[in-house]
Amino acid sequence: MEKVIKTPELKLTKKDFESDAMVKWCPGCGDHAILKAVENVFPVLGIPKEKFVVVSGIGCSSRFPYYMNTYGVHGIHGRAAALATGIKLTNPDLSVWMISGDGDSMAIGGNHFIHVVRRNPDINLLMFNNKIYGLTKGQFSPTTPKGAKTKTSPQGTFEAPFNPGELVMGAHGKFFARVVDTNIKMMTQVFEEAAGHKGTSVVEILANCVIFNNKIHALITSRETKEENQLFLEAGKPMIFGKERDKGIVLRGTKLEVVKIGENGITEKDILVHDPTTEDSGIHTMLASMMPPEFPAALGVIRSVKSETFEKAIWNTVEREKKESKLKSVDDLLRTGNTWIKE
Amino acid sequence: MANKKNKVIELQNAVVRFAGDSGDGMQLTGNLFLDSTAIVGNDFATFPDYPAEIRAPQGTISGVSGFQINFGDKNIHTSGDLANVLVAMNPASLKANMNWITNDAIIIVDTDAFTEKNLEKAGYETNPLMDGSLSGHLVVDAPITSMTRDAVKDLQLDNKSAQKSKNMFALGMVLYMFNRTYDNTIKFFEQKFKTKPLVIEANKRVLIAGYNFADTIEAFASTFKVEPAPLQKGLYRNVTGNLATAWGFLAASERSGLNLFLGSYPITPASEILQEIAKHKQFSAIAFQAEDEIAGIVSTIGASFAGAMAITTTSGPGLSLKSEAIGLAVMTELPIVIVDVQRGGPSTGLPTKSEQSDLMQALYGRNGEAPVIVLAANSAADCFYAAYEASKLAIEHMTPVILLTDGSLANGSEVFLIPEVASLPEITPPVVEANDPDYKPYKRDKKTLARRWAIPGTEGLRHRIGGLEKEDVTGEVTYDPLNHEKMVKLRQEKVERVADYIPKLTVTGEDEGDLLIVGWGGTYGVLLTAIEELREEGKKVSLVHFKHIMPLPKNTEKVLSKFKRILVCENNMGQFINYLKMNFPKQNYLQYNKVQGLPFKVAELKEKINSLLNE
Repeated sequence: MEKVIKTPELKLTKKDFESDAMVKWCPGCGDHAILKAVENVFPVLGIPKEKFVVVSGIGCSSRFPYYMNTYGVHGIHGRAAALATGIKLTNPDLSVWMISGDGDSMAIGGNHFIHVVRRNPDINLLMFNNKIYGLTKGQFSPTTPKGAKTKTSPQGTFEAPFNPGELVMGAHGKFFARVVDTNIKMMTQVFEEAAGHKGTSVVEILANCVIFNNKIHALITSRETKEENQLFLEAGKPMIFGKERDKGIVLRGTKLEVVKIGENGITEKDILVHDPTTEDSGIHTMLASMMPPEFPAALGVIRSVKSETFEKAIWNTVEREKKESKLKSVDDLLRTGNTWIKE
Repeated sequence: MANKKNKVIELQNAVVRFAGDSGDGMQLTGNLFLDSTAIVGNDFATFPDYPAEIRAPQGTISGVSGFQINFGDKNIHTSGDLANVLVAMNPASLKANMNWITNDAIIIVDTDAFTEKNLEKAGYETNPLMDGSLSGHLVVDAPITSMTRDAVKDLQLDNKSAQKSKNMFALGMVLYMFNRTYDNTIKFFEQKFKTKPLVIEANKRVLIAGYNFADTIEAFASTFKVEPAPLQKGLYRNVTGNLATAWGFLAASERSGLNLFLGSYPITPASEILQEIAKHKQFSAIAFQAEDEIAGIVSTIGASFAGAMAITTTSGPGLSLKSEAIGLAVMTELPIVIVDVQRGGPSTGLPTKSEQSDLMQALYGRNGEAPVIVLAANSAADCFYAAYEASKLAIEHMTPVILLTDGSLANGSEVFLIPEVASLPEITPPVVEANDPDYKPYKRDKKTLARRWAIPGTEGLRHRIGGLEKEDVTGEVTYDPLNHEKMVKLRQEKVERVADYIPKLTVTGEDEGDLLIVGWGGTYGVLLTAIEELREEGKKVSLVHFKHIMPLPKNTEKVLSKFKRILVCENNMGQFINYLKMNFPKQNYLQYNKVQGLPFKVAELKEKINSLLNE
């Protein structure tokens, strides 16, 4: 994993990033924990505090910039990816963080989401997926499970949901990770990896909306069931999970399968070893698609592939053109082509 | 060159229209004729007239592409009402342009193209060259296609390539007609087709063949000459409005010391601005082609926040899509320029045609009280200065600016006196120094009311802005009712105070009288021509033309109040007149509107004004 070079003399702490705005999320909302994790990560990245920019769209998650003492823009619904792109292209030196939700990024901003992923500017995109519209008080979102009853689907929804990871893979994204809002340590670790990745790093956070969609991720996050339903992926390590660490994932034919180690002659050697760096996203897509009860949910860094960033490609061209172009000033430009003098 | 045998008639100006199938190269032909016009020293203005379809069915009316140039020995402000010379490469281009030529126009036709099949495609029942319907015109029959083929016979080109340069035959004829030389056109071939000697040779031969043909057949009883125009001394070039717009922004970027960022989505007739900026990375100008209009402007707002001179370009439907984001720029008080190259609407409307019908949208088309500066460029060359001024006002007053141009300005071209960038007004971005202890996000300059620009990466200025209402000075989010009203008024007043930084109106003609003609934006050339001609005829009529729409120049009411009647001429249903009525209700207004996707003609304006003067 490529890491930002740390400059120890900075010595920043959480305090450096806490804003004095009152945090107004509901008590018990998963967003509080996400904020904590981000506050853990910013001081240790070795980046001066004035170089962080936090941008967002609209939604509960999108209040985030007000709660961070950095440069920040609270934009309009769904368009944070475009804001982030404009900022990063203008000043590639900034550490740009985009905070979004499932409504903001999968519905109204769905178009921008796939395109920012496709272009790959170096921004960190944290997508709080609570599978509901919270700020507008409880309508279904594009990630709400089919059939779920919400304020706007009193008989249950009639539409199939998006899986954000699949969209990232479909858009040829280079980094996708998934975490749960119940595990600050996991979030901290994964956010740090996302920050170190050069390119668009999408982190899906399974977040709980305590008011309108409480326990939507309970199968994955509750104390009782989490160990059976969480597969934390680590590069180079076999995909083993379960309370007894006795379950694993194998590739059989073209499909993933859950197996029990020790049964039917299965040993640890048969278990698939995670490689987030393969250009081919086939296995990554299958991992992102896994959901309980059939499979555990894949958490951690599912995909992390090196690739040139959008801003680098552009600014390298700027540097080259500056050297090679005959036009050194706009005065030169105005005098190109056919001109004539009137005496 | 031997064209001495004919009588030479001196003209003050002439309008030539080249028309053919959209694949016939009429735009290039027109542009080459324009180059020779420039060398002669005439003033000129041009307008291309091409179909929305890239390759409409060949030979049909909808596939006709035209290029018109008006050139003269005095100042030329329009591309001309009607053509004195029409080059028609096929029956469809003749039919499509019959309404666009004078009653005694000279028509050069490619007789080879007047086949039964082509006549049918154009919807002719009888051959207009035979049936007498062109009487009154001097029709020059020229078998252009076959003579083109003959001229390149021994170059062993295939049939298609052999005919490709037939437009140059027509050009050769017109060059002869106006006593021009062809040397420069040949130089153009030599540069353009450097690596294709065969193409150079073919074009050269055909051009000269056309020139000599016109001479030999003595088709024209006389040839014509237009003397140089008394233009101001200096270095000149030709610019289209879109090119001038792009260059105005590049100049403003250089002069302000801020990198240019353009976030845009392709749309007719604005795309050329994006294409032009995309060429100039050597000036650190970034052209970001976004996934849609909204991402175009929102990336622009992001770039502005990050300290770029940020602009977005679009046309009417795109401006609709950008509305919400313009509101965000109003609320965050970030400088951006939105260019709307107006076209016929509503909806997709007339993509390649021109209109002035986005004025109300520019002024008011947003939720909430969302004032912005609105400017409207007056001519193709003025687009350069309008783009420059829009940038300066946006940056120095920390506000979005909408710059309205239109399809006619965008694609039309005219003579441009090239300025030195250093001679343009200074642009001073209100950027905050690092660790300024006095910095507050919404603390304002006392004179302009502009807040200051704290650019991310600068130490000691971290702050948050966004679409929610902000507390005065601190910029904290607040829903306090009195604060909201205060901020609404501050944002309005900030824009209104721009009136102190824009030029006052000047009147063409007397400062007072019976009738004042009022226009705004792209109609300037045609209104000025009409007024100049009427005044030469001894009529008492004045003109005032607006470039600054929001805010209006400070002397607007004073100027209007000196006239008994005010005729507001617009290419819409009366949007500007209503705006004037709202602001200055006491005046006596009349209106004259044309909403056909076409510019006014000088003749129809004069007729309207004369009828008012005779009342």
